[in-house]
Amino acid sequence: MTSVTQAPVPARVVLNQADIDRALTRIAHEILEANKGSQDLVLLGIPRRGYPLAVRLAQKIAAADPAVDAAAIVGQLDVTMFRDDLSHQPTRPPHRTQLPLTGIDNKVVVLIDDVLYSGRTIRAALDALVDLGRPRIVRLAVLIDRGHRELPIRADHVGKNLPTSSAEKVRVRLEETDAVDGQTVNEVVIEGGA
Amino acid sequence: MAEETTYLIRGAAILGGDAEDLLIRDGVIAARGADLSQTDTAAGATEIDADGLVALPGMVDVHTHLREPGREDAETVETGTRAAALGGFTAVHAMANSTPVADTAGVVEQVYSLGRAAGWVDVRPVGAVTVGLAGEQLAELGAMHDSRAQVRMFSDDGICVHDPVLMRRALEYVKAFDGVVAQHAQEPRLTAGAQMNEGEVSAVLGLTGWPAVAEESIIARDVLLAQHVGSRLHVCHVSTAGSVEIIRWAKSRGINVTAEVTPHHLLLTDDLVRSYDPVYKVNPPLRTNDDVQALRAALADGTIDVVGTDHAPHPSEHKECEWAQAAMGMTGLETALSVVQHAMIETGLMTWADFARVTSTSPAGIGRLTDQGRPLEKGEPANIVLVDPGARWTVDPSAMATMGRNSPFRGMELPGKVVATFFKGHPTVLDGKLNTPYRYPSEAPVAGAAGAY
Amino acid sequence: MKHLLSTEDLSLANAVRILDTAEEMSSVGEREVKKLPALRGRTVVNLFFEDSTRTRISFEAAAKRLSADVINFAAKGSSVSKGESLKDTAQTLSAMGADAVVIRHWASGAPHRLAATDWIDAAVINAGDGTHEHPTQALLDAFTMRRHWTKLSGLPSTGADLRGMRVAIAGDVLHSRVARSNVWLLRTLGADVTLVAPPTLLPIGVERWPCSISYDMDETLEKGVDAVMMLRVQGERMNASFFPSTREYSRRWGFDDNRLRALDSLGLKDTIIMHPGPMNRGLEISAAAADSPRSTVLAQVKNGVSIRMAALYLLLSGDTREPAATLKESS
Repeated sequence: MTSVTQAPVPARVVLNQADIDRALTRIAHEILEANKGSQDLVLLGIPRRGYPLAVRLAQKIAAADPAVDAAAIVGQLDVTMFRDDLSHQPTRPPHRTQLPLTGIDNKVVVLIDDVLYSGRTIRAALDALVDLGRPRIVRLAVLIDRGHRELPIRADHVGKNLPTSSAEKVRVRLEETDAVDGQTVNEVVIEGGA
Repeated sequence: MAEETTYLIRGAAILGGDAEDLLIRDGVIAARGADLSQTDTAAGATEIDADGLVALPGMVDVHTHLREPGREDAETVETGTRAAALGGFTAVHAMANSTPVADTAGVVEQVYSLGRAAGWVDVRPVGAVTVGLAGEQLAELGAMHDSRAQVRMFSDDGICVHDPVLMRRALEYVKAFDGVVAQHAQEPRLTAGAQMNEGEVSAVLGLTGWPAVAEESIIARDVLLAQHVGSRLHVCHVSTAGSVEIIRWAKSRGINVTAEVTPHHLLLTDDLVRSYDPVYKVNPPLRTNDDVQALRAALADGTIDVVGTDHAPHPSEHKECEWAQAAMGMTGLETALSVVQHAMIETGLMTWADFARVTSTSPAGIGRLTDQGRPLEKGEPANIVLVDPGARWTVDPSAMATMGRNSPFRGMELPGKVVATFFKGHPTVLDGKLNTPYRYPSEAPVAGAAGAY
Repeated sequence: MKHLLSTEDLSLANAVRILDTAEEMSSVGEREVKKLPALRGRTVVNLFFEDSTRTRISFEAAAKRLSADVINFAAKGSSVSKGESLKDTAQTLSAMGADAVVIRHWASGAPHRLAATDWIDAAVINAGDGTHEHPTQALLDAFTMRRHWTKLSGLPSTGADLRGMRVAIAGDVLHSRVARSNVWLLRTLGADVTLVAPPTLLPIGVERWPCSISYDMDETLEKGVDAVMMLRVQGERMNASFFPSTREYSRRWGFDDNRLRALDSLGLKDTIIMHPGPMNRGLEISAAAADSPRSTVLAQVKNGVSIRMAALYLLLSGDTREPAATLKESS
């Protein structure tokens, strides 16, 4: 299977649809393995692209464990208001925070994002979590880890480690968030660079 | 001490017509002709190259607030008349709302004396119609008329003489000495708390409206009173199309009424209030574009007789505040010529000869000033302004001679610059800059005279 | 986005952005920790030249939920001759490092003066100026209407406007900043607005406003309406001959028990009754109407905090290192 759209000239596809799907399947199994099952699992996606990834992972976990209701373990955690760069960026409208009905107290919360870079988004997410409850364990799953951490943060589950230069841009396009003109896209590309 | 210098103005377009020379000596126009430079009389004269300039009779303002006595932080006779000279004026009528009010011979003579001491223009005090502008009891109109200040115009400007009986009596009384009552037409009950023209803009801005009818109903009443008692009425700062219609009707009936319009009402509209900048707050308020067009047409066709500046300087703290807190009024002496040129001449509605009529001849007639507003002919008083009609300048209130910084034309580019002003044959303004004041021969220095009262 | 001065010049995109942001803010009030760190270290001054405890505490709650520091400044001596001028007050607040000034003033246009002059370089939020505008009130009203309107249609409220909604605004329009702000905002959001008032309490020039005018409350209800907003009427207006008596006023233009029943008999089961508060029960609104399930009065108060959080957040969170674009220009 190949990428469904033609990438822009300087961009290079590093994960196609099948690669993404394989990576998510593996992460789903890692999560179950690390948790020794599906009990108390809550998957919280970080908007925008972390949330559809969380939904996909929940579906894969439900496929592996019929006792799991995918919709009941997935939620969305907005970190906008907790960012440390609010006064250094154009105003960002906040997204919705929606937790599963079970809440997060004493749960095993897996934060899910598309790209792990400086680590600052995850720092903000940890702060946001504190105001919402007290999970028993917090883990982190990302589709891409591109390095260049600025904080002592690491991911527990990584779809692909992608060494990059900071001049490059890593773009994740998902059909849930990035469909253009009805064409679905599921790919990770690297743009620019030296 | 007599004025000794002789001036030869070379090649000025007289009232915008053909270029001629004007020879000025001993306070009068000694000669007028195509080329006077070779004549014997011009020998030794200081020549002023007026090529491309228009020569006009010195402008006469029927409506100026000089603020002295009482508000010397806003303006003084000295600063206000400097501004007048720079604006091309050789006479101003100083409104009566000073502190104390100019309602006695003493106060009007003080203002008159201050004007003569300053020496930049003729200062003709306007006497209050009622004591303290209170609208209750006639001031001593006859005493003011008989004083050295020779008051001919009476006005409670800023406050309307709204009591119809009192207005009738004032109109009747001034007939005894050919006076004129200049009415500030504003029905007080219809304008309680009013902040701006009542209409589309006031509705949006939530500012209390000032209906046109509050002006028009008083004008309608006053022209009928003037007709009834056979007196002379002057209507200050007409601002609405409806007022124009009433005055046109009154004139067609032979009623002895004259009317004035301010430069700002010829150019600006209440849309400017949307900024809430109090520099646009004025009484009467800026009206709509329909009103502006009607006022221009009325000035051009003679329904409105004169331009009066209603120059009203205020200290900046009275404008640097909320709209509702701000004082009403705008400066105007140094922008009047340019604004009228822009609104009336550049639009083709008037010629420079018309300009001379509405800024000099007619206002001098209303104020009964015998040596102002005269033709630019041999033997006439040398009250002359030279204007460069092609110049363009950007209004900068901080560069003005008036103490007031409240010019609504701030930042606007306007045509026309006063190059020179001759007052009684003496150049008070030369090369667009203040020169020296005129010194009266017999009574210099006169500053002490005011102390007699 | 630099200031929030009026709804007249608020674009549809910015209006919807504020409403959408308020939707997200509203969940904070339901959490155990009712606080977000977004405006930590920023100072918000509530500058009130006119008493309004309700509006002031709403802004205060909003600023505090966003972790801003709040300074309340009640400037009651507002006369230039007696007290400190607006300019001096503004410069004082500027020297104290205010990042935002929430200003309530009895003079129309006072917030515009603060924003337009160089007296202070802070974001200015109009919390009601004279009889001009009260933009956050209109936004919270629109927010309340949008939640109701989208619930009826079953659509998500985020991103939605008010197209097709019929809104009657009844009462003292002439003296009402709430009415003005609502007329402009509801026009922008696509609602159909009818002003219902005695002719004496409508401004000259109202016929040019983007709304219909009616002198008849019952006729307006009969034509069908989805929200009725009652404006506060001051009984003292009677003394200036705006209407003959409070009794006649409430009979002709008030929302009384008969009109409450009329909504049922007209089949208008989903029509809500709104009031910006404080209410004059028995004058413009009957107690039964104010307390009926149709009344959104308390929801409006609650939504006010969310709207003010959204406004503060959107005005104060942007890049502070660059001159910000104004609200009018952005979007």
